[in-house]
Amino acid sequence: MQRTEGGILNAAIAANRFGLGARPGDLEYIGGDARGWLKSQIGRADAFLLNDPALPSRAEASQSLRRFIRGAMGGAANTAPGKEANQTEAILGFETFTAALRAEIAARAARALTTQTSFAERLVRFWSNHFTVAANKAVTVPFAGLYEREVIRTGMTGSFADLHLAVMRHPGMLLYLDQAQSIGPNSLAGKRRNRGLNENLAREALELHTMGAQGGYGQSDVTEFAKALTGWTVVSEQVRRFAPEAALGDFVFIERLHEPGTRTVLGKRYPEGGESQARAILADLARHPATARRVASSLARHFIADEPPIAAVAKLEKTFRETEGDVPALHETLVDLPETFDERQRKFKTSDEFILSALRMTGVETVEPQALYAAYALLGQRPFSAPSPEGWPDNAGEWAAPDAVMKRLEWSEALARRLPLRTAPAAMAAAALGSMLSARMAEAVARAASGPQGLTLALMSPEFQRR
Amino acid sequence: MNMIVGGSITRRAALSVGGGLVLTAAGAGAAFSAAARDRKFVLVILRGALDGLAAVPAFGDPNYASLRGRLALPPPGAAGGVLPLDATFGLHPRLSFLHEEWKAGALAVMHAASSPYRERSHFDGQDVLESGGAAVFALNDGWLNRALAASPPRKAVAIASALPLVLRGPGPASSYAPSFARPANEDTIVRLMDLYAEDALLGPALASAVETQEIAAASGMENGAKTGNPRAEGEWPGLARAAAKLLAAPEGPAAAVLAFDGWDTHANQGAAEGLLANRLAGLDASLKALKESLGAIYAQTVIVVATEFGRTVAVNGTNGTDHGTGGAAFVLGGPVKGGRILGDWPGLSALHQSRDIQPANDLRALFAAVLEEHWGVGKSAMASKVFPGAGATRISGLLKA
Repeated sequence: MQRTEGGILNAAIAANRFGLGARPGDLEYIGGDARGWLKSQIGRADAFLLNDPALPSRAEASQSLRRFIRGAMGGAANTAPGKEANQTEAILGFETFTAALRAEIAARAARALTTQTSFAERLVRFWSNHFTVAANKAVTVPFAGLYEREVIRTGMTGSFADLHLAVMRHPGMLLYLDQAQSIGPNSLAGKRRNRGLNENLAREALELHTMGAQGGYGQSDVTEFAKALTGWTVVSEQVRRFAPEAALGDFVFIERLHEPGTRTVLGKRYPEGGESQARAILADLARHPATARRVASSLARHFIADEPPIAAVAKLEKTFRETEGDVPALHETLVDLPETFDERQRKFKTSDEFILSALRMTGVETVEPQALYAAYALLGQRPFSAPSPEGWPDNAGEWAAPDAVMKRLEWSEALARRLPLRTAPAAMAAAALGSMLSARMAEAVARAASGPQGLTLALMSPEFQRR
Repeated sequence: MNMIVGGSITRRAALSVGGGLVLTAAGAGAAFSAAARDRKFVLVILRGALDGLAAVPAFGDPNYASLRGRLALPPPGAAGGVLPLDATFGLHPRLSFLHEEWKAGALAVMHAASSPYRERSHFDGQDVLESGGAAVFALNDGWLNRALAASPPRKAVAIASALPLVLRGPGPASSYAPSFARPANEDTIVRLMDLYAEDALLGPALASAVETQEIAAASGMENGAKTGNPRAEGEWPGLARAAAKLLAAPEGPAAAVLAFDGWDTHANQGAAEGLLANRLAGLDASLKALKESLGAIYAQTVIVVATEFGRTVAVNGTNGTDHGTGGAAFVLGGPVKGGRILGDWPGLSALHQSRDIQPANDLRALFAAVLEEHWGVGKSAMASKVFPGAGATRISGLLKA
């Protein structure tokens, strides 16, 4: 097979900028048609799925939460002395809880480590971050990984509107942003109980999922949308009394929680219609020009540059508008951008991208779960634990801070020390970076005092830290 | 090549020899008096919007009990009652260290405090709070970083891996978080510094990390050392101790930034006990740990605790509070002329947009007063560089003369 230098360079760019880095042999596998390699992953629904029978199902996640609420929350709410029995139960519940999350993290990393369709994995991570659900509150722990598998991964070949609707109906999101507890003040339940509206999900759906904070909505739009969303909840034991057919953990619309009446959002009136009222608002938000612009900017920022080129954003925005937010069409446009194979590396890897690409470069097939969690903990990006609903930051300023760079060095050394080196680090670096590796860097790696030092230098090289 | 012999060659020496690199600010300000350089500043950012009315309940306000409803705290003296500051204000019962500082005259409180931001996005609100700009995305770097350029030049450190926006910019800001990994090999660092010579991002970052880690190690925080007991006390007090140790080190920074999150209490925030009460107890314990670890240096340290905005006065439908406007801020430390409430109290009779505490007091005026009185940052630098567009609102006499 004949390949031009440009072909190999493009393969290296594709593997690093759009994938999770190259494993030994990947650049040859990608070959001369790097764009084709990227495009072949876009429409393949199976490339995105992660079906592992060892991972908890929704029913299991819901049972786990139920046990936790019975044991731990009851215990935590009454942390009076002498509640040892409860506490034991709480600890056991918590173990099951965290075990499931650890399994999700391990399965996700295992896929990322060996997949030959790593662009698909990167796209999952991008959208998962766009619609963040973090496991940093107890009730979302069993659902965060499930959410990514059930909603994000299955939504990669459909429309933005359908993806967002699925996001809004998943227990992970409904619990993460408090929607499950929100009650219309004038609903049947609201009038009887001393509870009511919670605007958290409505606000973040406008600000983070669709239009953006500068998109042109106001406080009354948030409140009105929040009222329309009342009744959207998760089947819990209490809720099941009103929805006896529904399974624990499923989405359900409960009329008696829903605020009655017409709602006005962004100047448009939405007549009463139960669940369909908020659905109609969501459909309009997915079509809103501010949503097209925001999603386009985020995609370009993630894959091209922290300050994305205006023309690139405009192209993505146009695709969003013309295809009514077709997700694969957006990904196609992304790959077709003239900036796709720009030789400049304008993105600094996140910790997740760095850890996974480093492991891929070394060619390891598996990693001890404990070592993996330690890596994520040290480098500050435990999966499913973004610091806020805004998700993980997406710019070099946030990732290339002094301590963060030092931690990457400490981890690289630890990895290089532990790894049985079978290939010379210089060859490893060349196989991962192709001609992206500068001659100066290649020489420094080759001239290192030891194999582990050579590998450390390669991992910490400016060209490997970026993509 | 063996660069460390019995610790006699420091990392920095190794770097200077191997990389020919002169580290910024290491000996900067040597010409200035020790006193000027020893004036320390700690900024504690509470991300997620602290409920100011929970932390500093206005129990004496005639509308407090009715508007707060289930979240209203009992009056002073009652079980779970507020710790009184004056006839109007008190502190949440879990802020007992802060109450001690108030009684000792070392804590001042600003209520109805806000940045110029008037919308309700955390992320935009934190951008305005930290950038010091007049609007969202008006400035790309942080006000504390810009203040480092004033005379004498100072260094700052974030107690975190990442650098928060307030410290980003051209000034010498580093980041540090305790590490459980083995320290990096000296020779590898030297080689990397050489390879990073042309790299505007990685070069300065690594150099700064090396310097900060060395200061940390000299203060008993070598990699693997414990600064706290996270299992027993949470992670915050340990981070506060790390900040104190760095500040107290001979070549330590003049400022440290801590950021604590988890204040976005939309649901079941609790009153005297519960979710928010536990967070407040953690904050209180961290500030206490900070004071204890600073030791004598506390007498020259000003600590400001601020958040991006306040929360609704009324309880929402899920026993929590939603994003609001006016919030609460704390200033404490040896130099602070404490025992008083700063700025105006707009009361609870007329709320901002019928839901929030009025934004009566500009946080920038508080930050500026600290920088001016504690660090001597001049008025013109303040108006043109640190807080452009902040207008003339000032606080004077924040610190003891």
